[in-house]
Amino acid sequence: MYKILVTKELAPKVKLFEVAAPEIAEKAKPGQFIILIIGKTGERIPLTITGYDRKKGTISFVFNEVGKTTKQLGLMEEGECIETITGPLGNSSEIRNFGNVLCIGGGVMIAPMFLQVQALKEAGNKVTTVIGARIKDLLFFEDEMKAHSDKLYVTTDDGSKGYKGLDFLGKILAKEKFDHCVAMGPVVMMKNICEKTKPFGLRTIVTLTPIMVDGMGMCGVCRVTVAGKMKFACVDGPEFDGHAVDFDGLIKRQRLFLPEERLSSLLWEKLGGCTCGGN
Amino acid sequence: MAETKPKPKIQKEAVPIPKQKPEDRRNNFNEVALGYTEKQALAEANRCLQCPKPQCIQGCPVEIEIPAFIKLIREGKFEEAIKKLKDKNSLPAICGRVCPQEEQCQKFCIVGKVGEPVSIGRLERFVADWERAKGVKVSDNSSPKSKKVAIIGAGPAGLTAAADLSKQGHKVVIFEALHLPGGVLVYGIPEFRLPKSIVRAEVDYIEKLGVELKLGYLIGRTHTIPELLKERGFDAVFIGTGAGLPAFMNVPGENLGGIYSANEFLIRVNLMKSYAFPAYDTPIRIGKHVVVIGGGNVAMDSARSALRLGAEQVCIVYRRSREELPARKEEIENAEEEGILCKFLAAPTRFIGDEKGWVKAMECICMELGPPDESGRRRPVPVKGSEFVMDVDTVIVAIGRTPNPIIQSTTEGLAVTKWGTIVTDENGKTSIAGVYAGGDIVTGEATVISAMGAGKKAAKAIHQYLMKT
Ligand SMILES: Cc1cc2nc3c(=O)[nH]c(=O)nc-3n(C[C@H](O)[C@H](O)[C@H](O)COP(=O)(O)OP(=O)(O)OC[C@H]3O[C@@H](n4cnc5c(N)ncnc54)[C@H](O)[C@@H]3O)c2cc1C
Ligand SMILES: Cc1cc2nc3c(=O)[nH]c(=O)nc-3n(C[C@H](O)[C@H](O)[C@H](O)COP(=O)(O)OP(=O)(O)OC[C@H]3O[C@@H](n4cnc5c(N)ncnc54)[C@H](O)[C@@H]3O)c2cc1C
Ligand code: SF4
Ligand code: SF4
Ligand code: FES
Repeated sequence: MYKILVTKELAPKVKLFEVAAPEIAEKAKPGQFIILIIGKTGERIPLTITGYDRKKGTISFVFNEVGKTTKQLGLMEEGECIETITGPLGNSSEIRNFGNVLCIGGGVMIAPMFLQVQALKEAGNKVTTVIGARIKDLLFFEDEMKAHSDKLYVTTDDGSKGYKGLDFLGKILAKEKFDHCVAMGPVVMMKNICEKTKPFGLRTIVTLTPIMVDGMGMCGVCRVTVAGKMKFACVDGPEFDGHAVDFDGLIKRQRLFLPEERLSSLLWEKLGGCTCGGN
Repeated sequence: MAETKPKPKIQKEAVPIPKQKPEDRRNNFNEVALGYTEKQALAEANRCLQCPKPQCIQGCPVEIEIPAFIKLIREGKFEEAIKKLKDKNSLPAICGRVCPQEEQCQKFCIVGKVGEPVSIGRLERFVADWERAKGVKVSDNSSPKSKKVAIIGAGPAGLTAAADLSKQGHKVVIFEALHLPGGVLVYGIPEFRLPKSIVRAEVDYIEKLGVELKLGYLIGRTHTIPELLKERGFDAVFIGTGAGLPAFMNVPGENLGGIYSANEFLIRVNLMKSYAFPAYDTPIRIGKHVVVIGGGNVAMDSARSALRLGAEQVCIVYRRSREELPARKEEIENAEEEGILCKFLAAPTRFIGDEKGWVKAMECICMELGPPDESGRRRPVPVKGSEFVMDVDTVIVAIGRTPNPIIQSTTEGLAVTKWGTIVTDENGKTSIAGVYAGGDIVTGEATVISAMGAGKKAAKAIHQYLMKT
């Protein structure tokens, strides 16, 4: 059992949880994720680690309430317990002094990007950060990012704040030479970014979020094609060289269970949306 | 002519095991074989000749004293029979159900020379079920906990090693990566062949012996083996992490929707109980025309599960012929009775998807059998120009599994073969002092009972090692 110590709403339907998980906190590194199960009848869902405090023995993660499990999780309160958390899973990010780095975080993934930004800054890099969301209300961590970056750009899909869309990236890339780029966010956004960085030969590391079940290499549902080869995102990733990723294949595989996910969410809401998860 | 001594009368036919009818069972996940009644068990036990030199024992990887436990059944001493079984086998209810007995103990049974061999597995199951129904007693285990042993993986190998070491008086902690203990017994073998309540009961027994179970710990990530030994106070480690990495065929279209590895399919259905979706949250989608690629137990289990999830037609596609099918004979018969079809001597060459990225057809090529390969079975050779296309909407790939790799890549100094299995001596000792391994992680995919046998041997070696240090 893993006790929820702090809950915070960062934006509408975007929540941060801090939970007691001392053994995971001891080992966690930027770029890794956990898999949690709310209760006995629950599914296993992967979430990226957004922070850890080895002394306090806590980890945090930020999630978007998109379907049954994340909505149910969002209703849980401080003091309640999550049945199982496994982690840290996946490989950690490469953190070293690259020189001039560009960090791009979109949507809910702004949160784990903040962890990378801090680590990259600490490693001595010059850090330019971009945060983006669909609309301005969904942006968060702007001040925090500003405090840890040399430069911050803000973008929204609808232009309600900062730049509209990602086209401005082209101009930045033409003006300034970067040595390394990391991007985390919706797959479509990462695909878009990779198309922009490729002509400049800027190595771009992306975090892939296919459907997962076990998260330890046993089922193969998380398979993605990278440089023409089959990779399991949970053990070979989740970070990959974005210029070698088959994003269209990934987008299709992410939608495999869409009708079932909708049904599950709908039924749960109809039944009044309890948080017990079968306990 | 000299008078010959009258031979003992041999009852040639085994007492059949009651089963759910095929037309019923194809619609549910309840256990197919129902188990002997007391009367049936007695009748079957009476078929045993109590050979002075019993041949059956050599076929059992843990050397159960088979005639002795059968004799106790005959005498109605079930309590003593279960004790006799548990001397050698801590999981009899499981082995009685899933051991490939026809290849092991029963293959050597003398009665088998003139008729059907004694149903040793069914008798084993009978006694174990009798004990569970009555409530399992645990003998007092209050000896001081002298040394601390970490067991990695709660499959049959790890559970057995844990039980034996705990009985020796050591403090044992099992670290299991998944959220439920049992290994393949819970995530692979379906409910209708091995009810999960039985696995749970066996695990409860092991916990009652004083073993601590830590679930959701992926060793290599949460802790590493050197950390367990140096920082967490363990004196020895047993690795029983199994062979859980799914193999794919590397043919075009394999990433299409509707194509599952057998592991994904079985994990969803068994471990996550998606047959009960949406009461359980993990979904599964099964189409009308399902094909399963492969011919082993895993393929049979996948095919029979698909049928129970509502597929109209399930067809096993195997690249060799019926004679080479590696699955247990009993399970092949069960599958056929339920209406599973087989297409032999064929292998997929490509999958064809619809506009949404779902598989809609599979192209195969016909095979013929050439000379035997390393495994001694005749090697299938593609027949040029024999490609054909089948309409399918769900594909389950069951062509084999390789060792779980995380331990090997995070434990410096651990000797590993080129296949990724861990190198050990005959007692399970690895290249690192105090670290032992056994089960599928050492042998590659094998059987429940061989994994248990390896767990037992390693437990003995670990105990000896601990007593010396
Ligand atoms: C390695 C990894 C790290 C992740 N980190 C985070 C994170 O830090 N924060 C976060 O909010 N989410 C993260 N995700 C995605 C998260 O796991 C899913 O949002 C979650 O499983 C949805 O569960 P659900 O039952 O609430 O929704 P579902 O009912 O399963 O899905 C609802 C909707 O979400 C979409 N969806 C489902 N699974 C995914 C997925 N894997 N990625 C993207 N969209 C998906 C579906 O298409 C559907 O429209 C991560 C995924 C992976 C693989
Ligand atoms: C579908 C199917 C049907 C089968 N049918 C039969 C049958 O009828 N009869 C028969 O005899 N055999 C059968 N087998 C084979 C048999 O199940 C295996 O040989 C046996 O389970 C091997 O036992 P094990 O303990 O070595 O490994 P496993 O049962 O694989 O258990 C290994 C455990 O270790 C855990 N683990 C892995 N890595 C880590 C890590 N790094 N940290 C912590 N935990 C970890 C895994 O989650 C798993 O729980 C079948 C196998 C399958 C897949
Ligand atoms: S454990 Fe398996 S091989 Fe041994 S006697 Fe029992 S059924 Fe036969
Ligand atoms: S070989 Fe057969 S008949 Fe002889 S003791 Fe063993 S089970 Fe009984
Ligand atoms: S999630 Fe199962 S192999 Fe990656």
